Amino acid sequence: MTIEQLHIGEKGIIKDFLFSEVPLSLLEMGCLPGKVVEMIQVAPLKDPIYIRVNGSDIAIRTETAKQIEITKL
Amino acid sequence: MKVALIGNPNTGKTSLFNQLTGLNQKVGNYPGITVSKKTGSCKLSATESATIIDLPGTYSITPSSLDEAIVLDTLVDTKNKAYPDVIVVVSEVENLKRNLYLFSQVKDLEIPTILAINMADQLENKGISIDVAMLEKELNTKIVLISAKKNQGIDELKKTMLDYQNISTKPLEEISKRMDTDFFEKLKNENPKIALYTLWLLISQEFLPEKTKNEYQSLIDSYKSEKAKIKKLQQKETIYRYQFINDILKKTYVVDKSKASGIQAKLDRILTHKIFGYVIFFLILALIFQSIFSWSSIPMDFIDAQTTNLADFITSKLPAGAFTDLITQGVIPGIGGIVIFIPQIVILFLFVSLLEETGYMSRVVFLMDKIMRKFGMSGKSVVPLISGTACAIPAIMAARNINGWKERLITILVTPFTTCSARLPVYTIIIALIIPETEILGIFNLQGFVLLGMYLLGFLMAIVSAYILHKIMKVKAKNFFIIEMPTYKLPLLKNIGITVIEKTKAFVWGAGKIILAISIVLWFLASNGGEKFKNAEQIVKDKYANTHVSEEQLQNDISSYQLEHSYIGQMGKAIEPVIRPLGYDWKIGIALISSFAAREVFVGTLATIYSIGNDTDDETTIKERMNAEINPDTGKKRFDFPTGMSLLVFYAFAMQCMGTLAIVKKETNSWKWPLVQLFGMGAIAYVSSFLVYTFLS
Repeated sequence: MTIEQLHIGEKGIIKDFLFSEVPLSLLEMGCLPGKVVEMIQVAPLKDPIYIRVNGSDIAIRTETAKQIEITKL
Repeated sequence: MKVALIGNPNTGKTSLFNQLTGLNQKVGNYPGITVSKKTGSCKLSATESATIIDLPGTYSITPSSLDEAIVLDTLVDTKNKAYPDVIVVVSEVENLKRNLYLFSQVKDLEIPTILAINMADQLENKGISIDVAMLEKELNTKIVLISAKKNQGIDELKKTMLDYQNISTKPLEEISKRMDTDFFEKLKNENPKIALYTLWLLISQEFLPEKTKNEYQSLIDSYKSEKAKIKKLQQKETIYRYQFINDILKKTYVVDKSKASGIQAKLDRILTHKIFGYVIFFLILALIFQSIFSWSSIPMDFIDAQTTNLADFITSKLPAGAFTDLITQGVIPGIGGIVIFIPQIVILFLFVSLLEETGYMSRVVFLMDKIMRKFGMSGKSVVPLISGTACAIPAIMAARNINGWKERLITILVTPFTTCSARLPVYTIIIALIIPETEILGIFNLQGFVLLGMYLLGFLMAIVSAYILHKIMKVKAKNFFIIEMPTYKLPLLKNIGITVIEKTKAFVWGAGKIILAISIVLWFLASNGGEKFKNAEQIVKDKYANTHVSEEQLQNDISSYQLEHSYIGQMGKAIEPVIRPLGYDWKIGIALISSFAAREVFVGTLATIYSIGNDTDDETTIKERMNAEINPDTGKKRFDFPTGMSLLVFYAFAMQCMGTLAIVKKETNSWKWPLVQLFGMGAIAYVSSFLVYTFLS
């Protein structure tokens, strides 16, 4: 599954990226394979999503979240 | 000596900069790009002072746009005037991990680097403990715990800066070794004089400043063929850096989870709620609009009155002549036309910076992003669109932090449709002329209702044109949206004060020059003309030769006659055939041309044309006079319902502001986009006004 499928409060571990080219800025914000990601809030219209990953609170768009594969915890 | 401050956004870097430099700061521009350059001076000891360079907030020194390349440029180019003797990486206690990522990159540049950990006063509160001695050893640097807000640790930081020569410049070499030993050894051996990490940045970055690129052209070219490998290594680098940091933090950083307050989570649940989130946002918006319009009217009336007084005073003191006229009719009204906007801009930026300082603005971006994206914009476009209700000029400058070029460009292009305060006097007088002062449903004033309608019309047009631009503009540029949701913070008054002063200054110097220049040109065109202009006094006196008129009436008639035969009057007559289909005559034409200085000039110009003298304050007089003006073609009132509506629509849609055009040119770095605005919005205004006039008459 991918990040945007988590419900609020649920967590997962980042497994893999599906991008053809991983955006460096995503990695630099701490969103790395093996890290725990928690869904904090979903904006109305289901986009963007507000997540906590590797100690950082960030918001990303659903189109990006769909490229990040996770294992649900 | 020179000190560079670098750090993630929301770490309090600006607070530290303000604390170190006070009001001794200068904001300039880097040539060709839109990031502003902030420097200031700071006394480090009785004998030493330092130049502090505040680099733009960033999460990494690798740039994802040319604007961000400024950080890299300052730190890599040893010949750069701002190349620092020592760097202070500003971080904060809660996000130390991500802050250390940037630190680890900076440290590898082999410049003495100090780590300042801000918000140290909250360590206990948040249940965080840091083993500073151990962290210093692991990172091979000097660490200072500070609280910029409470002015703690600042003296120690200054001492550490003075002592910079004793800070190790050894890089955190381990990372490059872990990545690919052979690759990096070869790179180093080929260029032994340059720091290894600098070399790596030079060969791996897409966005490098032109100068740096030229200087290292052969090095960059020799690695062009290894692009794919370099991309892979970049990702590896990030992963290794985080591993390295995690290992260190495990030994030095402990958080007692039971002390976490949970306030953040609670606030987020309300402020980003599907319903309450929007309700709260719209209430805040309503408060902002209310204050822009009601609070600012007092200082604005005062400024208006003082400008007139000053002009009268100077007229009475200086000998009559062209020079006095230039001062009293060109320069003073020009400056007055700039100063009058200051109250609204101050109030607006007071709110905007308050919302940004507290961390609430990121929540607004989060709430609005999806909706704005349907119109080709971003959640970050909300700030410019709100600011546009005061003045489009600072609003367009506020679009700088939108990352995607297309999203930013669309925001810049449509912002001038939002109803800025210069349109307000125009709307007020026309609405007063054509809309009866009746109540509807017993509560709403019909005139007020129409005014509200004009605001909605402007906003609607912005949204519709954004949608059209979104559909026709094909920009393939990769646009990646990621924003930090910072912790909620109590705002620091000093920071807000400095931001407001800075933004107001930027407006006054940026737009002010243009408004002033246009005012002077318009004054020249209005106060010079051909034969008839020069003999105006005689011609008017001859006309009244046999009738008795008051001296005042005579003077007003002369002014009116002069204006008609001045250069600008001739221009008004020249465009009359073009604007006649909209229901306007050459007199309105003059007012339209004058509006290029600032739209509100419309009212003053009409006052002169209708020869009610310079006393434009007297709204009733000008209203009565406009009401009495007859259209010779129809025999009806000139400002009847169709013409009035047509004018309202024209002012809502047309791009009539030189100041805005100049700012768009500067921000987009091309004449293309301001011209698109001028002609695009002009066409929309012309066609809409034509349709409105034809349909109504």
